[in-house]
Amino acid sequence: MASGEPLFDPSLKKRKKKNVVFIEDPLGADADPTKPAPETIDSTTIAGESVDLGPTTAHELMAQAPAVASEPDDLNAMFGDLKKKKKKKIPMDFGDDSGTSTPLTKEDAAPAEAAPITADDLDFSDMKKKKKSTKKKAAFDLDAFEKELQAAPAAGDDDDEDGPEPDGAHLDDIDEAELGDDPFAQAGDAPVGVDAGNEPWLKSDRDYTYQELLTRFYASLHAANPALLSSAGKKRYTIAPPQLFREGNKKSIFANVTDICKKMHRQPEHVIQYLFAEMGTTGSVDGAGRLVIKGRFQQKQIENVLRRYMVEYVTCKTCKSPDTLLTKENRIFFMACEACGSRRSVNAIKSGFQAQVGKRSKNKTG
Amino acid sequence: MSVQNLNSYDPFADEGDPLGDSADVGSTSDYIHIRIQQRNGRKTLTTLQGLPKQYDSKKLLKAFKKEFACNGTLVDDEKMGQVIQLQGDQRAKISAFLVENGLEKSTIKVHGF
Repeated sequence: MASGEPLFDPSLKKRKKKNVVFIEDPLGADADPTKPAPETIDSTTIAGESVDLGPTTAHELMAQAPAVASEPDDLNAMFGDLKKKKKKKIPMDFGDDSGTSTPLTKEDAAPAEAAPITADDLDFSDMKKKKKSTKKKAAFDLDAFEKELQAAPAAGDDDDEDGPEPDGAHLDDIDEAELGDDPFAQAGDAPVGVDAGNEPWLKSDRDYTYQELLTRFYASLHAANPALLSSAGKKRYTIAPPQLFREGNKKSIFANVTDICKKMHRQPEHVIQYLFAEMGTTGSVDGAGRLVIKGRFQQKQIENVLRRYMVEYVTCKTCKSPDTLLTKENRIFFMACEACGSRRSVNAIKSGFQAQVGKRSKNKTG
Repeated sequence: MSVQNLNSYDPFADEGDPLGDSADVGSTSDYIHIRIQQRNGRKTLTTLQGLPKQYDSKKLLKAFKKEFACNGTLVDDEKMGQVIQLQGDQRAKISAFLVENGLEKSTIKVHGF
């Protein structure tokens, strides 16, 4: 029952992680976070040069935007405090958009920075240690950072942010470390549309940041072409819930098996075989294409089994796409993914041990 | 477009067939299977199959019976080996018990609805 759910979670995490890695490249290529930023977005998405996963990632970028916000940590090393400063502002913007819904003013900037990180604390207790150590490092490196601050020409961007600067820079480090484990939590806030004329930089006299522009670009892109959004990362694979009726006292009828099989692109025989093996019963298909199952079953139970079937035989283990083909070769089933091209064998359906139930006299072997 | 080119590129082309030496395709040997079976009415039966050899299934059965307050037997199946059979739906409890006592959660497969 519960085994299906935990299987989903790590997978999702992995996927996001992959995206983050990809996103790193375009940022690394041209790291100037100021005005030339929009052009760089265009080039990467249209030409698709630095985006490996094809069009989907480009749109998942949208979903990833907050994650990206704190992600390009390598850039910290390469480019001085200018970069750090930009990044520091970003999480607070996203916090504004999605989570707290309290309007953040500049005075709130410092607490806002702390807020997302404490939220992360709740997720990963072991990460805390890492954080602490990095914070200590922050203290040690303070001098170095201050020197850098003076060196960087654009350091005086926002006056009130100069104070907590080194802290923020290191918090970015931490964020990145956490993203490695759980970009999922942050990505949940992602697809907040930036309304035109509502951009945070309009009210203040600061420059817009790369990340803000990136979000804005994807918001307007998706507003213009909703089809892109639905076919991309946020797409949900939905299947009609199974319709279960009771026939008499001891049989259940699963009415829309064929529909569901069609939706999953699987042979009904295979699905039915799995259902019977998992539930330890038998049954048959009636004239109307409905499945008659021996035993009382509820919709929820069938749904659970179907969900496990999808994890095992429908969704691609590599890319989580449900767009797969199941073929049989030499008594072994192979699942080929249409989206990523991976191909793997899947477990044969085995019913395993079946205990003796009912009258022994009816059973020859018993 | 270059995106499509990237899609068609197979990064594992030089790896050969990953399933070429798949001796254990579809093998269920290293899993502990916990299954449920419906009996008459709302009664059910839970079976535990594939317990590793180093565990004494007799003692385990005794512990199960005491812990879950249910009856159970040890069934010798010619194909499946020794199977622990318990009365009632004890799947969640069994897997929790096994995990608590040091078995890997990934080796336990809970079947059924």
